[in-house]
Amino acid sequence: MTEVTLSNVVKKYGALQAVHGIDLDIQDGEFVVLVGPSGCGKSTTLRMIAGLEDISGGEVSIGGRVVNDLPPRERNISMVFQNYALYPHMTVRENLGFSLKIAKRPGAEITEAVNEAAQILGLDELMDRKPAALSGGQRQRVAMGRAIVRHPDVFLFDEPLSNLDAKLRTQMRVEIKKLHQKVESTIIYVTHDQIEAMTLADRIVLMRDGHIVQVGTPLELFNAPVDTFVATFIGSPPMNLVDGVVEDGQIVLDGGVTLPVPTTAGRLSEGQAIKFGFRADNLMPAGHAVDEDGAVYELDLAVTLTEPLGTETLLFTNMAGVEVQGKMFNPRPVRPGEKMNFRLMLDKCHVFDAQSGHAIRR
Amino acid sequence: MTRRRLPEWLVLLLPAIIVIAAVVLIPLLFSLYSSFTPYKLTRPSTLWKWVGTYNYEKILSDAKFWAAFGRTVLFLTIVLNLELLLGLGIALMMNKVTWGQRTLRTILMFPMMFSPILVGFQFKFIFNDNIGLVNNVLQSMGFNAALPWLVDGKLAMFSIMFAEIWMSTSVFAILILAGLFAMPRDPLEAAKVDGCTPWQSFRHITLPFLMPFIYIAMTIRSLDVARAYDIVQIMTGGGPARRTELLWTLMSRTGYVDARMGLANAMGYVSIILSILFTVYFFRKLSAARAELGMAG
Ligand SMILES: Nc1ncnc2c1ncn2[C@@H]1O[C@H](COP(=O)(O)OP(=O)(O)OP(=O)(O)O)[C@@H](O)[C@H]1O
Ligand SMILES: [Mg+2]
Repeated sequence: MTEVTLSNVVKKYGALQAVHGIDLDIQDGEFVVLVGPSGCGKSTTLRMIAGLEDISGGEVSIGGRVVNDLPPRERNISMVFQNYALYPHMTVRENLGFSLKIAKRPGAEITEAVNEAAQILGLDELMDRKPAALSGGQRQRVAMGRAIVRHPDVFLFDEPLSNLDAKLRTQMRVEIKKLHQKVESTIIYVTHDQIEAMTLADRIVLMRDGHIVQVGTPLELFNAPVDTFVATFIGSPPMNLVDGVVEDGQIVLDGGVTLPVPTTAGRLSEGQAIKFGFRADNLMPAGHAVDEDGAVYELDLAVTLTEPLGTETLLFTNMAGVEVQGKMFNPRPVRPGEKMNFRLMLDKCHVFDAQSGHAIRR
Repeated sequence: MTRRRLPEWLVLLLPAIIVIAAVVLIPLLFSLYSSFTPYKLTRPSTLWKWVGTYNYEKILSDAKFWAAFGRTVLFLTIVLNLELLLGLGIALMMNKVTWGQRTLRTILMFPMMFSPILVGFQFKFIFNDNIGLVNNVLQSMGFNAALPWLVDGKLAMFSIMFAEIWMSTSVFAILILAGLFAMPRDPLEAAKVDGCTPWQSFRHITLPFLMPFIYIAMTIRSLDVARAYDIVQIMTGGGPARRTELLWTLMSRTGYVDARMGLANAMGYVSIILSILFTVYFFRKLSAARAELGMAG
């Protein structure tokens, strides 16, 4: 059973601190995605787990064993690198079998493991080619194959899909998910793409500037972001945020719209500056919404721009001087400038403190 | 105007053709021609006497020539391999150095900056059996015998090799270092994760990547060493009793001391074959190594 535990893990590059004391418990067989903007320390964290980077402080343990001072080869992990890192002078077959050859496994066993991996990933026809003669997607599959032949305790992926085109990325995303269902190993996956994180993860770890901001299932992060950073990072389009203040127990947006959001339990104080957040799915024109249950606030807004996506159309409009996005199901053509009657679903809205950005539960 | 004009491409190429002809082609043809004559520098008229393949036949049955030929091949083999090993070692160590590497790289080039003649003189002094540095050091350490470094055949060969290696190992070191700099880091990390010890990473990942650089160095150095002349000439003059005679010292002796230029030129043509063979061999290896890495050509 292979849990991975990080406790107070720190990474310093000289004076620069890249990772600030991270705590994380990863269960056996769990698919955890580390996500965050560029430079937030995702790769660094992953590389510390792999043993490719020294750990400046704290402890990393894999399967209950502290691995801080173990070289990568003694951690029984596999890693898929962003630019594949295939061995250029070896054929696909040799690339796949290399780790087993190094481990001095018997030839028959190597052949079997290699063929099995090749079959899972559809590499049979490419076995005698060199990496230079493969397409990006094929290289990516070889890199994955190389990781699975060893049956490692933990798979580490560092942005494995970011060099692929959009279509192939979607396809490989499904492959990776299937792979996880098949091998049932623990997977730690790094990406800066929130869609990958949402679609793949059992649990998402959202990082910023070397800190963990929030850990939770994709839906937890989507539905209950702890602050404005999470709210705008997770979900596409990002959550709309409009400035406002609390007045008479209600929320007044800049520009005068007063929303009858009940501010119970004294969590919001009178005169407090807030950011009011809602997703595009919760701002829909009348007659084009999914469900209109619960508290609804109606307002007329002029549409400035539309982005038809097929089953839905994104509507750009202005609320309290801020550009916000709404959504329209069963779309009909909309002229720019057209005034529409929108319904804002208040039950699904979020309130954040304007200063700290922290979410305020209502 | 009806005067015929040269085609344009020919006019454009003419300067290049004239220069190449003057610098390369004519001397080449002249020396090739003279290798079929008993041309002696002291008697120019001998240039017009055609003796066919006489010079070549003479060389092929000449034990001295073959001794020099064999010695050159041996010299080449030992020197190239040692330079490779040392150069590889130096490059690997330099690659680990993080501080002051630029300075070290410059220092590494110093031996290449000296004229081979000066290097020869320097080592001639160092290995001198009476006043030389080596023997003095040995004696001060308690060894009594004064080793005849430049007099004994084997020791003299060793001394010359030592000088040659001292002067040119940096060619290997620099080229291999360039290879190490160009080497992608990812496959090495993948190898670590795949379970390689540092030695296995070197053996299976680094070395194959360095092979093209090694073969380029080999090609350059094999041409260089095959025409080794200056150091040998200064240190031993091919002696004692021809025991360090290499192809080029033999040739220069035949051509300028014995003045038998026709014969010397014939030797030159035979020995060029040696260089061509080495070059072709290393270029084959180079292409194979590059193909191995999936590089074009
Ligand atoms: N070898 C290094 N030396 C110094 N600083 C480094 C080094 N590697 C990374 N950093 C710094 O550490 C921080 C985190 O880097 P890291 O590579 O983990 O980011 P990341 O989250 O993976 O970003 P990306 O999505 O761009 O890959 C960055 O500020 C980076 O500049
Ligand atoms: Mg990264």
